[in-house]
Amino acid sequence: MKFANVMSTAGEWLRGEGPHHQIVISSRVRFARNLRNRAFPGWAKKAERTAILELIKPQVEELTDMQDSFSELLQDLSALEKQVLVERHLISREHAAKGVGSAVVMNRKQTLSIMINEEDHLRMQSIRSGLQLKQAFKLADKIDTALEANLEFAYDPRLGYLTACPTNVGTGMRASAMLHLPGLVLSELINQVVQAVSKIGLAVRGLYGEGTEAMGNLFQISNQTTLGEKEEEIIARLTKVIETIIDKEHDARQVLIQKKSNTLWDQIGRAYGVLTYAHAMTSKEALNLLSIIKLGVDLGVFPEDRRLPIDELFIDTQPAHLQKSSQQKLTAEERDHLRAQIIRERLKLFPKPDIGKLVKKAGNGSAAKPSQNE
Amino acid sequence: MLCDVCKCNDATVFLTQILEGKMQKVNLCDACSKEKGVQDPTGFALADLLLGIGAAEEIEKGAPTQKCPVCGFTQADFKKTGRLGCSTCYLTFAEGLKSLLKAMHKGTEHVGKVPERAQRVVELSDRMRDLTESLQKAVAEENYETAASLRDQIKQLESELTP
Repeated sequence: MKFANVMSTAGEWLRGEGPHHQIVISSRVRFARNLRNRAFPGWAKKAERTAILELIKPQVEELTDMQDSFSELLQDLSALEKQVLVERHLISREHAAKGVGSAVVMNRKQTLSIMINEEDHLRMQSIRSGLQLKQAFKLADKIDTALEANLEFAYDPRLGYLTACPTNVGTGMRASAMLHLPGLVLSELINQVVQAVSKIGLAVRGLYGEGTEAMGNLFQISNQTTLGEKEEEIIARLTKVIETIIDKEHDARQVLIQKKSNTLWDQIGRAYGVLTYAHAMTSKEALNLLSIIKLGVDLGVFPEDRRLPIDELFIDTQPAHLQKSSQQKLTAEERDHLRAQIIRERLKLFPKPDIGKLVKKAGNGSAAKPSQNE
Repeated sequence: MLCDVCKCNDATVFLTQILEGKMQKVNLCDACSKEKGVQDPTGFALADLLLGIGAAEEIEKGAPTQKCPVCGFTQADFKKTGRLGCSTCYLTFAEGLKSLLKAMHKGTEHVGKVPERAQRVVELSDRMRDLTESLQKAVAEENYETAASLRDQIKQLESELTP
């Protein structure tokens, strides 16, 4: 598979079909593994790193789940291509900075991505749409078991899987979900939620945000610890907490509809106005406004069939995606113009927000919590 | 105020995090904040940073001049990177890592997945522990016939355990 194919098809996880997909964008589980008695990538000399890569890469490519995969050495990818993969969460920012001795292998559906010689020799990541941590875990676990048959992983009976950073030792597993929480942000309840979640040993991070600031009302929640708890327990605990947050988000939205419908209507109207008429837009502004439109789709203000085009814009308006699609390097100013242009074009036939739908939904009491398969 | 990491430049980046009810503060200079990835939010967690700094001190206490026999990694390297050199480093710096891991994680022992190859070693080690206990008991009870048989079994097991 060529890089062009990666570009032209969106990852399967983006076509939100998983449970709770309105609020949970994606679920991810990654395992960190290392070969026994070999220097970790950050400490290994170039020759050893390359030798380790040559040992691992064929094993990864031969996996049945990696038939027709995209497999590339990091030094063969351009800076822009690497950035595209980062924006799709298929490789980490840290991995994008790597060159000789590192590689990435991913499947066609972009639901499985394996980084070789990132911080650890192996980072295997499984991605699913909606809240499907258990399913994501199952695939990552299966891949791990398959690789373990031919590779001897660093493992200690007391400490579990040994990783370059002591924060990952034990299960080597990081499970995370990306949540869209405009209701909690607009009703200023988000800090309470973030604090409560941090108290129980889970981490909350802004998704593309600088520091604690979360752009596009997107938040990433993950397990903080990896030692002393079984994989299944971590997944179950995280899933339970996320389900609670989903309930809180639904509650917050109902309160907004009933008590602050003017504010909500104003936000949606402004977002629609700016997106359809602006001629220059930063990616931060785009994400924040698109988030409000997405909320509008959730609330029935825009038709359901407009969901996918909005979700796609979240990714397509990112800096590297813009430049890759225009096939040239652009200055920040040029990017802002192109971004506004793409958004205007895609929203050309987008219907105006229908406030009647919103009011009716709140008024006739049909605004109870949506079913699980919303 | 001086930077907590290099202790020579003025701190310009101030971070606060509440972790398990305790407030922790870190002050960094511009260069160190860049090096620690504070300006790269996706790769940064204050906890990691804090624990990384604490970790270096912990290791220092445990093994002042130790060097990993497999990869040559030292405590100074850990202080600089917050990462270890190879899997054997966990043995080399075990003493210092102990309290660090305790502070960092929910427990101190792995209870999750066991690779198939390790599974067999675990089973043999468990059997070895049982045999050794029985041997001690047999000797204490002056039951030398049983003791001799147990000793032979232990020898047999030892040869299986060492590849």
